[in-house]
Amino acid sequence: MTVDITDPRAAEVIPAAHGLRPRRRIGIGARLTEALRQPVLVLAWLVVLTAAGWALFPWLFTSVSPYEGNPALSFSPPSSEHIFGTDRLGRDLFARSVYGAGTTLTATLLAVLIAFGAGTLVGLIAGYLGGAVDTVIMRVIDVLLSIPSLLLAMVIVSVLGYSTHNIAIAVGISAIASFARVMRSEVIVIVNRDYVRAAYGLGVGRLGVVLRHILPNSLSSVVALAALEIGTSILAVASLGFLGYGAPPPEPEWGLLVAEGRDYLAVYPWISILPGIALALVVIATHRISTSFRKEHRR
Amino acid sequence: MSEQPTARAEGAAVPAEDAAGTKPLLQIAELRIDYRAQGRSWSPAVRGVSLHVDPGETVALVGESGSGKTTLVQGSLGLLPASARVSGGSISYSGVDVTGWRDARMARVRGNYVGFIPQDPNTSLNPVKKIGQQVIEAVAFNERTAASSQEHIDAALESLRTAGLANAERVFHQYPHELSGGMKQRALIAIALAGKPKIIVADEPTSALDVTVQRVILDHLETLRTELGIGILLITHDLGVALDRADRIAVMQRGEIVEHGPVRELIANPSSDYTRRLLAAAPSRHQGRLAPSPGLQPRTPGEGIVVRAEQLRKQYTLRSAGGRSLVNALDGVDLVVRAGTTHAIVGESGAGKSTLASIIAGFATADSGTAWVGERETTSLSHRELREVRRDLQFVFQNPYTSLDPRFTVAKLIAEPLRAFRVATGRAELMTRVRELLRAVALDDSYLQRTTAQLSGGQRQRIAIARALALNPRVIVLDEAVSALDVSVQAQILQLLVDLQTELGLSYVFVTHDLGVVRMIADDVTVMRDGGIVEHGTVQDVFLSPQSDYTRALLGAIPGTRFATV
Amino acid sequence: MLHYAALKIGRALFVIWAAFTITFLLLFVLPAEPVDLLFDPAELNTIPEDVRAQVAANYGFDKPLLLQYLDRLGHAAVGDFGTSVQSGRPVTQALLEVLPSTLILSVGALLLAVVIGFAIALLATATRRPWLRNLLESLPSAAVSVPVFMFGIVLLQVFSFGLGWFPSFGDGGWQSLVLPLVTLAIPVSGPIAQLLVRSFTGEMGAGYVVTSFAKGATRGQVIVGDVFRNASLPALTIAGITFGNLIAGSVITETVFARPGVGRLTQGAINTLDIPVVQGIVVFVAASFALINLIVDLIYPLLDPRLRASLAARTS
Repeated sequence: MTVDITDPRAAEVIPAAHGLRPRRRIGIGARLTEALRQPVLVLAWLVVLTAAGWALFPWLFTSVSPYEGNPALSFSPPSSEHIFGTDRLGRDLFARSVYGAGTTLTATLLAVLIAFGAGTLVGLIAGYLGGAVDTVIMRVIDVLLSIPSLLLAMVIVSVLGYSTHNIAIAVGISAIASFARVMRSEVIVIVNRDYVRAAYGLGVGRLGVVLRHILPNSLSSVVALAALEIGTSILAVASLGFLGYGAPPPEPEWGLLVAEGRDYLAVYPWISILPGIALALVVIATHRISTSFRKEHRR
Repeated sequence: MSEQPTARAEGAAVPAEDAAGTKPLLQIAELRIDYRAQGRSWSPAVRGVSLHVDPGETVALVGESGSGKTTLVQGSLGLLPASARVSGGSISYSGVDVTGWRDARMARVRGNYVGFIPQDPNTSLNPVKKIGQQVIEAVAFNERTAASSQEHIDAALESLRTAGLANAERVFHQYPHELSGGMKQRALIAIALAGKPKIIVADEPTSALDVTVQRVILDHLETLRTELGIGILLITHDLGVALDRADRIAVMQRGEIVEHGPVRELIANPSSDYTRRLLAAAPSRHQGRLAPSPGLQPRTPGEGIVVRAEQLRKQYTLRSAGGRSLVNALDGVDLVVRAGTTHAIVGESGAGKSTLASIIAGFATADSGTAWVGERETTSLSHRELREVRRDLQFVFQNPYTSLDPRFTVAKLIAEPLRAFRVATGRAELMTRVRELLRAVALDDSYLQRTTAQLSGGQRQRIAIARALALNPRVIVLDEAVSALDVSVQAQILQLLVDLQTELGLSYVFVTHDLGVVRMIADDVTVMRDGGIVEHGTVQDVFLSPQSDYTRALLGAIPGTRFATV
Repeated sequence: MLHYAALKIGRALFVIWAAFTITFLLLFVLPAEPVDLLFDPAELNTIPEDVRAQVAANYGFDKPLLLQYLDRLGHAAVGDFGTSVQSGRPVTQALLEVLPSTLILSVGALLLAVVIGFAIALLATATRRPWLRNLLESLPSAAVSVPVFMFGIVLLQVFSFGLGWFPSFGDGGWQSLVLPLVTLAIPVSGPIAQLLVRSFTGEMGAGYVVTSFAKGATRGQVIVGDVFRNASLPALTIAGITFGNLIAGSVITETVFARPGVGRLTQGAINTLDIPVVQGIVVFVAASFALINLIVDLIYPLLDPRLRASLAARTS
């Protein structure tokens, strides 16, 4: 408790005394056995991998079409044949959920890539150059942060037009500011680290220092944010879909699936709730995984 | 203190009054403390330690980092973190066994019976509460009968005065950030005294403070002990401090007490190897410069002057509670470093010694004045020209835990300057040079692929030195390069530096706050204070016949001098 | 201090101006024919050219962009964002009409969220049982993981359709407020609780906590007397994010529960591409955000003496 972490000597005390081992390269086998000690994390990975499977190879998980329904079977409750039940047009909701994963997750990935790429670059420039450049960039980011991202995304979608693609772009743009801010503050910390000054002292050029020391060391916190942002983006994409700004109705999209069942909530609750649960599970799982990333990053 | 120390224990949580005379104030017997390791296993941090403190006695517990001394203190105060447990032995205060007491019960022992002075005064006071309030809490938690708030205030003020804060009324209304480090530590002493304890446990109470302040604080603790008749358990990594201040010393290593006895006995006849090594490594017990290891082939260094600075000035704007003010970090400083010698720059915090080193190394610019490395003027160079100077002048940082990129392997770290200047062509040649450098700092090839996380502090600093040597510079600037290391490691690094200097004809600019280290390594010394030079000359001259009062005060404050000649 | 306040006020004004400018660029400049946005896309081709020109002139689209910009900026400065395309009523009036309903919902949800956040953080800090601590620490991340609409729908299904305790739709009495309040409060409480748990844990390990224990304070006394205040301060720094979550959450909550409010107004305006209303809302939200951050910036120094001292020094 009285060990001062900033005291360099403390670093020698802590690993020995507190059982935190210094970071070292862990073999895959060791990683796997360590992972198996955390059943929740394993479960989270299973959920995410299943969702990814749905998105990539939907035909492996269901042989039923997500578009064509059997009107005679409309509103049938979950059964062994239709495990999520069917909707108004008798379409199989499980098939729609499976195919919907592709729409929702592709949009999510695109959004995170936009936010991560642009945000990291802008943050690196602002943090490294400092001065007037930094001031200008930070003021712009202040403004972007002052508009709630869902609202900003709604405005952007309204200008670009309604589609899942545009939702992805809008969600991505609205998340750039937070990435830029995290990256900038991390870069400022790293720039002032002794090892960066040491690199200059050794005669390494400026670009070399940025590429070899500053960028790799500051990335880890943005990567952790990206992991977290996947969950947040799924929510944003689905929320916009729920509000009706995404793919037009016959398309299966998770947010839309929930919205479609809203009118029948009192009578046929499974239409909304089962796809919604699938969605919530995936988001919870990505959050759990990103937490484990952050813990590893902190080590 | 108006009250008699013996009248204090009445009604205290436990320690019975009649026992106080006969039993030790603190008795630790065969104590074992474990930390939770991975999974369900436990790793021991304290392995069967026995120790006692009698009234009016100062016992010093000496150990390097990782020795378990802090864990021992936490254990005896009942402040172990949740990941630790006491797995055996007992702790008793005046004969009352408190082992395994619940938090609420232990809280009545702390403050009331045992006072605690923490390590770092800068983080140990609540930043958003006034000092007075924090002392009053210590009074209120430990009073036996409810007192009025005026009585609380009076008691707190008295406690502040006892701790040596003459201006107690003013300090009472100040926030921690408005006080100097020394004053904060006194406020913490006041807090420790407020509950009128019988024993004070001080965990490295002065290691965050300057030597002259350290001396005053330790003097004051000694006075308190005599006046109040309390016992003191002093935890320190500095054998010099222990030798100066303690009646008995216990030396701790890897969770065990390896040596225990009165100070004179310990010096005259140390029974364990470890104590002997610690004694040998203590800078204060060294007379004169370290000799190079035998068998080296000395290289005659070039003649002349390798680094010169004239009239360097640098001002910072300081924002403090008192308002904006300009601080002279450097106020017209001159420096001359002769080829093949070590020039030590010594001073306390705020003296400007690190600013001087940064300007010479080109990390900072001076407001005015000129510096030369060899024949080249360095104070007016562009980024590119400065890079060329790096071939001749290299820098070693204070903290080896922050100065090495954590993502790099040892091989990559050492190769970095070679790559930057494209010195080695081809991978084979590069690796040959890297191995050569690694051997120069007495590490073998098995370290090449390790990352810094797998290295100890001393090994890291060796890597930093190897990296600095890579371009065959003529000068190395070392900024407090050994102060973050344990004494025994420090001695090894200093020996390495002396050997390298002999073999390679290097010149060092050696910045330090530790005059003991200066004597071991330097030829010339410049004493700085408040941005100006107080005194400079050869080590012989400055140490044997210091001209200024400040230098004399610094020399007098070196811990361990009391027994330096024994 | 005055200089500090002036700087912060200046920044707030800048944010509002920039939000106006960005929405102007997005909504009036970026679309090739902004006037087209005013019509129902399905009927666009059937609109006669002269009607389009007439509408464009009404909205000032025929004037040079800079002039349009300055004109709108001038009006916006006095709170006039033009009239709604759909209803023909002034934007400000439409906004003010639905504001109270949203305010009640969000302020109530905020209070509930803060209570939940503190409860989780305090319990997690006070307990010495690892399993309980882990459980409490995982709650906030679950709270932000469940989609707001999903949460609303499940609450509706259970408490309204299932148990019949609360009405499902509308804005009548306190009963109709309960479910929306909970729906909105849960996701908003997530980040607050996360921050508080982290900051309570951090402060519990601080040096002055050891000093307090050594003084003789019990765990409870340390948490209440030392940690609580220091650890709560950082919660103010996410006031802006919390506000954003409240706005985003209220859009969805109001849709799910069919409540009138700013959220529904926003959704309606976006659906019908009612540009003046959209701009009005965005600028209003940005202004509220700037105001909240301004208040936080101004009261923070009052709560932290260190910051106060450094500010006093900077301006003296």
